[in-house]
Amino acid sequence: MTDTIAIDVRKAVKRYGDFTALQPISLSIHDNEFFTLLGPSGCGKTTLLRMIAGFEDVTEGEIFLFGDEIKTLPPHKRPVNTVFQNYALFPHLTILQNVMFGVEMQGKPKSEAKARAGEMLELVQLSQFAHRKPSQLSGGQQQRVALARALAPQPKVLLLDEPLSALDLKLRQAMRFELKEIQRETGITFIFVTHDQEEALTMSDRIAVMSAGRLQQLGNAQDIYERPHNMFVADFIGETNLLEVSVDAIQDKRAICHLGGGHELTCDAVDNIGIGSKVHMSLRPERLFLSDDPTESESLAGTIRENIFVGTDIQTLVTLENGPQMTIRTSNSDRGNKRIFEPGTPVYVNMEMGAGRLLVD
Amino acid sequence: MASSKNDVRHYTGFFPITVLCLVILYAPLLVVTIYSLNDSNSITNWEGISFRWYVDVFTGPESDKFKTAAWNSFTIALMASVMATTIATLAATAMVRGGSFRGRGLSLGLISLPLMVPEIVTAVATLIFFSMIDFTRGYLTILVAHTAFCIPFAYLPISARMQGIDDNFEQAAMDLYASKRQAFTKILLPLMAPGIVSGLLLAFIVSLDDFIITNFVKGAGVETLPTAIFGSVKQGIKPNIMAISTMLLGFSIVLVTISFLISKSDNTK
Repeated sequence: MTDTIAIDVRKAVKRYGDFTALQPISLSIHDNEFFTLLGPSGCGKTTLLRMIAGFEDVTEGEIFLFGDEIKTLPPHKRPVNTVFQNYALFPHLTILQNVMFGVEMQGKPKSEAKARAGEMLELVQLSQFAHRKPSQLSGGQQQRVALARALAPQPKVLLLDEPLSALDLKLRQAMRFELKEIQRETGITFIFVTHDQEEALTMSDRIAVMSAGRLQQLGNAQDIYERPHNMFVADFIGETNLLEVSVDAIQDKRAICHLGGGHELTCDAVDNIGIGSKVHMSLRPERLFLSDDPTESESLAGTIRENIFVGTDIQTLVTLENGPQMTIRTSNSDRGNKRIFEPGTPVYVNMEMGAGRLLVD
Repeated sequence: MASSKNDVRHYTGFFPITVLCLVILYAPLLVVTIYSLNDSNSITNWEGISFRWYVDVFTGPESDKFKTAAWNSFTIALMASVMATTIATLAATAMVRGGSFRGRGLSLGLISLPLMVPEIVTAVATLIFFSMIDFTRGYLTILVAHTAFCIPFAYLPISARMQGIDDNFEQAAMDLYASKRQAFTKILLPLMAPGIVSGLLLAFIVSLDDFIITNFVKGAGVETLPTAIFGSVKQGIKPNIMAISTMLLGFSIVLVTISFLISKSDNTK
C-alpha cells in the first residue's frame, strides 16, 4: 500500500428513479491496497463497484482513477478489469483465448497477448488447461481463469465482485490466501466486494462496511472488529452480545452504566454520549470468561443455560439475573485451565479490561 | 418423472391410438414414396420397381419446366431465408438484449403473429398490398412475400438461443476493452450462431415448400416447384409427380434434420 490514491470516490450517489441505492459516499483507495467493500446484499457495495467499472452511471459526484475523472468513460475505455461473480468466461473460447481476449482488445499483437496469457495462466497454475473450454473446468479452476483473464491486460485496478461466493468452503478458504498472494505479487490495487465478514477480515488491508447505501465504517480489520462505530458494524462483524444500558455518569473518560436487573458496568466513554442516555454496549463472546466468584472488577451474576460445542470453541449461554441472555466463548485449546459449568450452575460472567464498547446508535 | 402407474403408456387405447395417428400422418407419404418407384404409366397399378420416373423428371417433356421452377424455388428460398434471418437476428437482439422498452410486448406479438394467421389470409392480404402499390407480380413479389413470412420462423430458434446467453458475457467483453460492436461480433454472435443457422435452415425450408402465398403473388409465367407441381397435377397426376415429390420430401427431411442437430449443438464443449 502506498500513499498514491488509486481510486478516489467523491460524494458519489446512485439513484434509480426515486430509489437511492447509494447515499453520497466518499472513499480514497490507495495504490497497491487490498480494499474490501463489505455489507449485506442490497447495501450498495456492488452498485459502487459497477460504477467504478462503468456498468452503472454515476448519478451525482465524481470518481477519479489516479487523478483522472473516469465517470464519463465507457467500460471499455477504463483501465480497470472485473472478476465477475459467476466468472462470465466466454464459453465458446478456450481458456487461453479467454485470457488473451482483453490484451488483444487493447490492440496489442497476438504474440504479445499469447505471451501475457501464458504468464497469467502460470500465475494461477492452470497452464496445462490452456486449450480446454471453460465448461471442462471445475468451479475453482474457472474462478482462477476469471482472475487470470482480468489480470492479463495489466489493469490499474482490479475489481472483484464476490468472486468466491460460488465455491465450497474449503476451496474458498484456500482461494483467500491465493488471492492475497497474487495481489502482493502483482502489486495491483484490488477492490473486493463481499458479504462474508470472515473473508473481509482475513484478506483486506482496509474494509469499508456498508449498509443501506451508506458507508458505516472504514478501517482495518482490527479497527472495525474491536472498535465498531455503531450497532450495525458491531452486529454485522463477528458475533457479539449487545446489551441495552443507561449511562449513569462519566468519570476519567470511563462511562458508568447500568443494565436491567441492577447490574453495573463501566467501559471507555466514547464521544457524543450524554449522561442518562440509553445506548448499547457490545461485548465480544471471546473476551468474556466464567468463574465461581467475581474475579474482575467487571462481573455480572447469572446462571448457565446451555453449553454448545462448536468445534474450536465451547459456546455457553448464560442468563443474567433479572436480565438478558449472554453468549460466552471458551476456546477449546486452553480448556484445561477452564471449567465447564453444567447448566443450572450459578456463575459470574467476567470481562477483560476494555472488552466493553459503547455504541451510539 | 411420472410414476409407472400414471405412465401415459398404461392409458386405455394408448397403443392403437398411437398407431392410428402415425398411419394417418405417414401412410400418404409412404404411398407416394413407394409409387414413385412404380414402373407404370398408371399411378395406381403396381408393375414393379424402376427409376424411370426419376429419369423422366430430369429428361422428360416437363423437365425444362421443372428445372426452371426448381431453380426459382432454390434462389428465392436462399435469398428470402438470408434476408429473413438477418432481420430476425436484429429483432432478437433488440427483444432479448434491449431491456424493457415501450411496446416490447406488442413487438413480440407482432413478430410471432404471422405464425398464427391463416396462410390464405396472409396470401390475400399480400396480393392486395401488391396490387394497391401497383407492383407488377413476378419473381420479385414472390421474393418479398417469402422474406416477410419467413421472419417469424427464423426468429423463434434465434431468440430461444439468445435467451440462454448470459448478459454478463457482453459486460465481461466490454470490461476487457471490447467496444459494443466487438462484444457483439466476437462474443454474442458466435454464441448465437447455432440459433442463427437453425433459423436460416428453417426459413429456407418454409420458403421452399410454400404454395399458397406463392400461388397468389406470383405473376403469370413465373413458377416455383410447388406451383409447377400443382400445375401439372391439374392436368392429371402422372407418376413423375410422385418422383419429384419424393425428392422434395427427402431434401426437406435432410434440411430439417440438420436444423435440429445444429440447434442442439453446443460450441461451448
